Amino acid sequence: MRFFFRKKSSREVAKDRLKILLISDRVNCSPEMMELIKTDIAKVISKYMKIDTGNMDIQIGKMGNQGKRGMRNPVLSASIPILDLNKNV
Amino acid sequence: MSEVIVVTSGKGGVGKTTTSANVGTGLAKAGKKVCLIDTDIGLRNLDVVMGLENRIVYNLVDVVEGSCRVKQALIRDKRNPGLYLMPSAQTRDKSAVTPGQMVKVIDHLKEQFDYIILDCPAGIEQGFQNAIAGADRALVVTTPEVSAIRDADRIIGLLEANGFQKMDLIINRLRMDMVRRGDMMSSSDVVDILAVPLIGIIPDDENVVISTNQGEPLVGTGTPAGMAYQNVCQRVLGREVPFLNLEKTISFWTRVSGIFHKV
Repeated sequence: MRFFFRKKSSREVAKDRLKILLISDRVNCSPEMMELIKTDIAKVISKYMKIDTGNMDIQIGKMGNQGKRGMRNPVLSASIPILDLNKNV
Repeated sequence: MSEVIVVTSGKGGVGKTTTSANVGTGLAKAGKKVCLIDTDIGLRNLDVVMGLENRIVYNLVDVVEGSCRVKQALIRDKRNPGLYLMPSAQTRDKSAVTPGQMVKVIDHLKEQFDYIILDCPAGIEQGFQNAIAGADRALVVTTPEVSAIRDADRIIGLLEANGFQKMDLIINRLRMDMVRRGDMMSSSDVVDILAVPLIGIIPDDENVVISTNQGEPLVGTGTPAGMAYQNVCQRVLGREVPFLNLEKTISFWTRVSGIFHKV
């Protein structure tokens, strides 16, 4: 049946889940801490421009340089929608 | 020069004790003097897997507390010359021994043995700290399951933090029929994720249960797991051995049922 539906194999599912899980395990970063980082970043950027704090998103992902054990170092990426580049309008 | 190897995994039930017993026995069969130490205080098992449970008089805690000499606690395996077991205590808990005391016992044993193999308890608490304290090399055992791999990753991180330079991975209970069906992570998937050198792939084999029932490690027998453990021992000794072709060990009927599963 799998042949017809082309469902993702459980092996792929396991691999993908583990990759994401291990990134957060290795970074040892709690959701609460992520929330604190987010508000701090928002505070700093808001000094210079008007941003949409409600829709900003930060997350830890892979893609960094080669680190220990040949793993890629995790990277903190933030996407912050800018409402107005000039704060003093 | 003796080598002290800790067999660890984080998660319980993945095959640490089986691996310790088989690697220890295999190295002894290769002519080395080997001492196996069960560091799982309170839940000893290596003695039953080795079939030496009836010969215990003194144990690791007795040695540490000075109630007996190191030599008195060592059980000689009559089937394999050069193989000894230091059993753990069943009626005590992990706090009966400290890492410092373990190092002292191991230093004493180093004078007489080529290899000292420590069977580590599950978990990352004091039992783990005791087991790794005197070791200079680690065999990390995992199965191709999400939970075991996650715990193995944590253990590898802790070993790194404790300054371990030599770590090797053993993937236990691999089922090639499931890998082929796409229902189990392959050995290369696991190595990719954990990024530690692979030293052995042990196929899932019912002979392991039989050998545990009998109290006779199966290393060196013609069984799939026995051959795989034999190869692990060779690699521990520094010899290059190709990995077993596990395809061959799949029976005809598994193949046939595999075809039906796909449809």
